[in-house]
Amino acid sequence: MGREAEQSVVSTRGLTKRYREVVAVDGLDLSVDEGEVFGFLGPNGAGKTTTILMLLGLTEPTTGSAEVAGHDPVREPLAVKSVVGYLPENVGFYPDLTGRQNLSFTARLNGIPRRVAEERMDALLRQVGLENAADRAAGKYSRGMRQRLGIADALIKEPSILILDEPTIGLDPDGIREFLELIRGLSRDRGITVILSSHLLHQVQEICDRVGILVRGKLMAVGPVETLGRQLDAGSDSKMEIGFGPEVNAEEAEQALRGLQGVQDLTRETDYWLVRSDGDLRREAVSALWGRGMVPVHLRLRHYGLNEIYVHYFREGVEPRG
Amino acid sequence: MAEEGKDNGRRTREDAARTRSPGGLWPVGVRPVLHKELGDHLTGLRFGILLLLVGVASLASVYSSGQALREVAFQAEGARNVFLALFTASGKQLPSFVSFLAFLGPLLGIALGFDSLNSERSQGTLSRLISQPIHRDAVLDGKFLAGLATIALMLIVLILLVAGLGLIMVGVPPSLEEVLRLIIFVLVTVLYVGFWLALTQLFSVIFRQSSTSALASIAVWLFFTIFAGLLVGLAADALAPLPSAPTMAESVRHEEVLTSLDRLSPVTLYSESTTALLNPNVRSLGVLLPQQVERALASPLALEQSLLLVWPQIVGLIAGVVVFFAVGYVLFMREEVRA
Repeated sequence: MGREAEQSVVSTRGLTKRYREVVAVDGLDLSVDEGEVFGFLGPNGAGKTTTILMLLGLTEPTTGSAEVAGHDPVREPLAVKSVVGYLPENVGFYPDLTGRQNLSFTARLNGIPRRVAEERMDALLRQVGLENAADRAAGKYSRGMRQRLGIADALIKEPSILILDEPTIGLDPDGIREFLELIRGLSRDRGITVILSSHLLHQVQEICDRVGILVRGKLMAVGPVETLGRQLDAGSDSKMEIGFGPEVNAEEAEQALRGLQGVQDLTRETDYWLVRSDGDLRREAVSALWGRGMVPVHLRLRHYGLNEIYVHYFREGVEPRG
Repeated sequence: MAEEGKDNGRRTREDAARTRSPGGLWPVGVRPVLHKELGDHLTGLRFGILLLLVGVASLASVYSSGQALREVAFQAEGARNVFLALFTASGKQLPSFVSFLAFLGPLLGIALGFDSLNSERSQGTLSRLISQPIHRDAVLDGKFLAGLATIALMLIVLILLVAGLGLIMVGVPPSLEEVLRLIIFVLVTVLYVGFWLALTQLFSVIFRQSSTSALASIAVWLFFTIFAGLLVGLAADALAPLPSAPTMAESVRHEEVLTSLDRLSPVTLYSESTTALLNPNVRSLGVLLPQQVERALASPLALEQSLLLVWPQIVGLIAGVVVFFAVGYVLFMREEVRA
């Protein structure tokens, strides 16, 4: 796939999860390379969490398969879970135990010897900036502190893959920035592969090497953020905005536009027409109209920029849920 | 796969090693869960409150039965098993220790189990827990064992306390057989409370809200401790009606229907087994016709004989624990845990 040089540590083939009639994840083919930060993006309810649960072996795919660090999560969930650190959405801790006690419990569940665990906890608590709060009850932690403790918790097993589900939810802008820097640093310094799901594209785009956009269980596009727009453009029809001055008769103009080869659909916006066509029709449109004495004063080919991606896919997916 | 080379191979072997528990005896993950839960139980406020409640009730009942015994014990010929009588005899004002336990024991199980899983769910710790390299059932196993251990500890403390008080009051030390009977009595009580623990743990898997599972458990508890007896009487009357002048066969049948319906209740099973265990003079738990006892000597039963007598009751309780635990297990394994 053009990236042969790197190994893929997480891959799925036709991964599908069906809940009665609802298809939550639909034939997902995904591949995440070693050491990269992969943004798994999509509106709420797109199937991100379901995919993550299947990668961890916490739920079984209806059809298709996944491979995580060389293991099949369905057959060897323990092998997968011992190399994958997972920060669930709305991570919680035992409120009566201190932050350190919570971490030490996770260490014991991972079979880490006590002395090793103590060293790792000290280092991790310092790294996430909780060294002063470590001996306070976790029930008193703020949302941001819980999230940072969650990162330490996921890292205590020294995973090679880190999966974060909506890690920025509920954090303030400063908190988000610090948190993302922390993750970026982890990926850089330790070479951990990070998969991070979010429904807020613009929040996480800067730290992601690549992103995949999931809408209604289907992967719409994968790649570095800059090239996503082009991919989406290539995969869809071209949209042209064309507008005229008041001297032009609207009906004549519309007729002329409809007469163009390749036009699929025409909609009248406030001061221009939106022409959907198979390819770029700007030249054809201008020369045809010019010949009839109608001079366009507004002409623009719509591109998929980040905003368009957002508007096009994300809003669309969010709104039906209210 | 081939080019993934040595690095992955090494990692896989390490993983395989991690999936085994260090001790080897326990399935991986059970021990840390058990330790944590046990710590939670023993340091929690709940444990103290329960111990206080049951402790006060028990001490009061043994004190009152001790006083009653003091008056009659030494006139009774032979004065055998006086020490055990402390636990089964009721005093003037208060019911016996055993009936207190039959009534309050379930509350111990309920208090320790009603929120065991749904609180993990609502705190958001469950998804973190099961994403660790442990089998999912280790969570249930560890929690159940921790509950059972807590109950055992609590009951041992209680029995020692009560026995001490009894010793001071009556002044008759227990014989070896009495001690053995007491130990078995504690085991059966742990089983009985374990029955309620398994039931409430099942509820905590089924119901999302801790309050719902607490209410459901308390409803079942009240049903069996208070209403079941009344309903069983009505049902027996309907199934095997007693005419105004019943024949022998009719009364026996009525009585049999009544007992077998009654034995559907864990409270009955427990009461019957403790009665027979703590009172060697109980020779049968069912209907006994005069013909059957005609030439029998009214001598106390040996320990093995008493055990034999209550064995069906004990098996019934064990079966209940196994069924509830298994249903909870199946439901929990199938559940998809989302944050």
